[in-house]
Amino acid sequence: MRQMTYQEAVREAMSQLMREDERVFLMGEDIGIYGGAFGVSRGMIEEFGPERIRNTPISEAAITGAAVGAALTGMRPIMELQFSDFVTIAMDQLVNQAAKLRYMYGGKASVPMVVRAPGGSGTGAAAQHSQSLEAWLAHVPGLKVVQPATAYDAKGLLRAAVEDNNPVIFYEHKLLYGTKSEVPEEPYTIPIGKGDIKRAGRDVTVVATSIMVHKALHAAEVLEKDGISVEVVDPRTLVPLDTELILNSVKKTSRVVVVYEAVKRGGYGAEIVSTIVESDAFDYLDAPVVRLGGKEIPIPQNPELEKHAVPQVDDIVTAIRKMMRKA
Amino acid sequence: MPDSVSAAADELYYRMWLVRYFDEKVDEMFAKGMIHGTTHLCVGQEATAIGGCAVLRDEDKITSTHRGHGHCIGKGADVNRMMAELMGRATGYCKGKGGSMHIADVERGNLGANGIVGGGIPLAVGAALTSKMMKQNYVVLCYFGDGASNEGSFHEAVNLASIWSLPVVFLCENNQYGMSGSVKEMMHIEHIADRAAAYGIPGVVADGNDLLEVIRVTDEAVARARRGDGPTLIEAKTYRWKGHSKSDGRKYRTREEEAEWKAKDPILRFGSTLLASGACTQDDLDRLQQRARADIEAAVQFALDSPMPDIATLEEDVFA
Repeated sequence: MRQMTYQEAVREAMSQLMREDERVFLMGEDIGIYGGAFGVSRGMIEEFGPERIRNTPISEAAITGAAVGAALTGMRPIMELQFSDFVTIAMDQLVNQAAKLRYMYGGKASVPMVVRAPGGSGTGAAAQHSQSLEAWLAHVPGLKVVQPATAYDAKGLLRAAVEDNNPVIFYEHKLLYGTKSEVPEEPYTIPIGKGDIKRAGRDVTVVATSIMVHKALHAAEVLEKDGISVEVVDPRTLVPLDTELILNSVKKTSRVVVVYEAVKRGGYGAEIVSTIVESDAFDYLDAPVVRLGGKEIPIPQNPELEKHAVPQVDDIVTAIRKMMRKA
Repeated sequence: MPDSVSAAADELYYRMWLVRYFDEKVDEMFAKGMIHGTTHLCVGQEATAIGGCAVLRDEDKITSTHRGHGHCIGKGADVNRMMAELMGRATGYCKGKGGSMHIADVERGNLGANGIVGGGIPLAVGAALTSKMMKQNYVVLCYFGDGASNEGSFHEAVNLASIWSLPVVFLCENNQYGMSGSVKEMMHIEHIADRAAAYGIPGVVADGNDLLEVIRVTDEAVARARRGDGPTLIEAKTYRWKGHSKSDGRKYRTREEEAEWKAKDPILRFGSTLLASGACTQDDLDRLQQRARADIEAAVQFALDSPMPDIATLEEDVFA
C-alpha cells in the first residue's frame, strides 16, 4: 500500500470530505495561499476556492465562535488553531459555548465542528508555541478529544470527527506531520473512542498518546533485546476513552506505564491511571503504576533543554527496566 | 407610521406588555422564592426587544444576551414554555436545564441567550456565514449590551463580519450599565455606534425607547444585510429599570436618574403614538394590556402545573 505523511493524510481527509459534502469547509489563519503554518492545507485553495478555504484574520475567539455559529445552523466547519497554544484565546467559545450549548438548550441543538490544534514540543518554538493542552479540553463535558499518532489514524479519525455531531478537538503533533504510514486512498473511518494496540506484548503495558506512541514503540524494540516484551496501547481518543482496551491489556501484562508529553501534573495520564486503579484491573497489578509526563516547566527554546522537558525513549526504557527489576 | 407596522400595531403593543409583565412577574416570583437561581430583567427595554425582532422573517435568526426574555418573546417564543424553563420544569424550552440565562429556540431561529458577556456575538457571525455560504438569504440579528462592546469578542466578530460582508445586524442595547459600570465610566467615547467606523461599516445611533425608530433603523440594516451589503452596527440607547440581577441594590445610580428614564416608558410612548394616529382607541389599548397580563398569569399556572424533570434526564443531551 502507498505510504503517506501525517500531514498529507490530514489534507486528504479534509479534501475528500469537502468534495462529498458542501457543508464542510475550512477556516483559519493563513490556511489559504500560504497553506497553513504547517502546510497542512497546501493546495486546497486552488481546488476549493476562498469561499470554502476561508483565510481569517488573527482572531481566535471570532474564528472559533463563528465555527460554533455555523455548526449550530447546519454547517460542518473544520477550523485550524494554527498552534494549539492559541486555544487560550478561544477558550470561552470552546468551553462556554461549543461544549455546553446542546446541554443548556435541552438537546435542541448540536454543534458539529472540528478544531484542529497543532501542538507539542520539539521544534524550538519555545514556551508559547509548544504546549500540549489536551487535558484542559478533556476536562470539559461536551467536548470530544482525539490525538492521532499515525498518518493512518489521522485520516480515519478526521473523517469520524467531521461526521460527528459534536465539537471535536483534533490534537495533532507538529513533529508527526512528516512521519509516514500506509494510508488507503479510499475514505475510511476510525471510530472515535476506539483505541488501538500498536504492538502486542506480554510483560508490561505502555499506554502512550500522540508522539509518545512512537517513543514507546522505539523503547519496546530496545527492551526486546533484554527479553522484555512490551505492549503499546494507543487510546487515540481521550474523550471518550476506550477503557476496555486499556484494562484488558493491563490484566494481560500486570504492569503499566502511562506516558504522555503534556505536563505530568494534572495531565490526562493521571486520568488513565485512575481509570486503571479504580477498576478490577487493579487486582492484577504486580507493580505500582508509573506515570511519565512533561516536567512542570514551560517548554524552553534550547534544543537540549527542550528534549529534557518531555519524556524520551530512554526515560521509558529506564522506567520499564526499573519496574521489571522490582518484579 | 409604516403600513407594515400599523397592520401589526396591535400585536407589537401586546408583545411589549407581554415582555413587561413577564419580567415583572419573574421579579415577583424570585422575591417570593418561587424561582431558583438568578435572573436579569429587561423591564424598560421592551422597544428594542420587540422592535428589533418585528422586522425579521421567520427564517431569520437572533442571538441574545443574558437579559434575553424580551428577545425570546420578540422572536415568537411561547411564554408558557419560557416560564416553565425559568421554574426549571420539564416542559421548559430547555427541559429545565438552561433556565433564564440559556433559553434557546433554535427551530424558530432563536440561537439562544448567553450567560457570557459578548459570547453570542461570534455565534451570530457564524450563523450569518451559513446563510451566505448556503445562499439561504436569512439575516441574523445579534443583540448585545454596552458592556459586551468592550469585550474582544465584539471587536473580532464585527471585523470578521465586515470583511466577509455577512448578513448580520449588530444591535447594541445600550442600557447605560454593564452591571454597576456606567458607560461614562467604562468607555471614552460618546456613542458605541462610533466603533463601527473602525470596521468600515455603518454605525447608527437610535432612541432605543422609541419602538418606531428601532423598527425603522433595524429594517434598514436588515434590508442592507439581505442585499449582501454587509453588517450594520446599531446602538439603541435605552435603560434597564431594574438592577443588574436580583442581588443588586442599585447604589451606583440615583433614583432621580431612574425616574427620568421611567418617564420615557417605551410602551406608554408607543401607546400614545397609536392613539394619536387613530390606529387604536384607549379601549383597544386597555384590552391588549389586559390580554398580556392574563397570558402571563396563565404562563405561571402552566409552569406550576408542569412536572419537574426526571433525575434520569440529568446526564442526557451532553452529546448528540
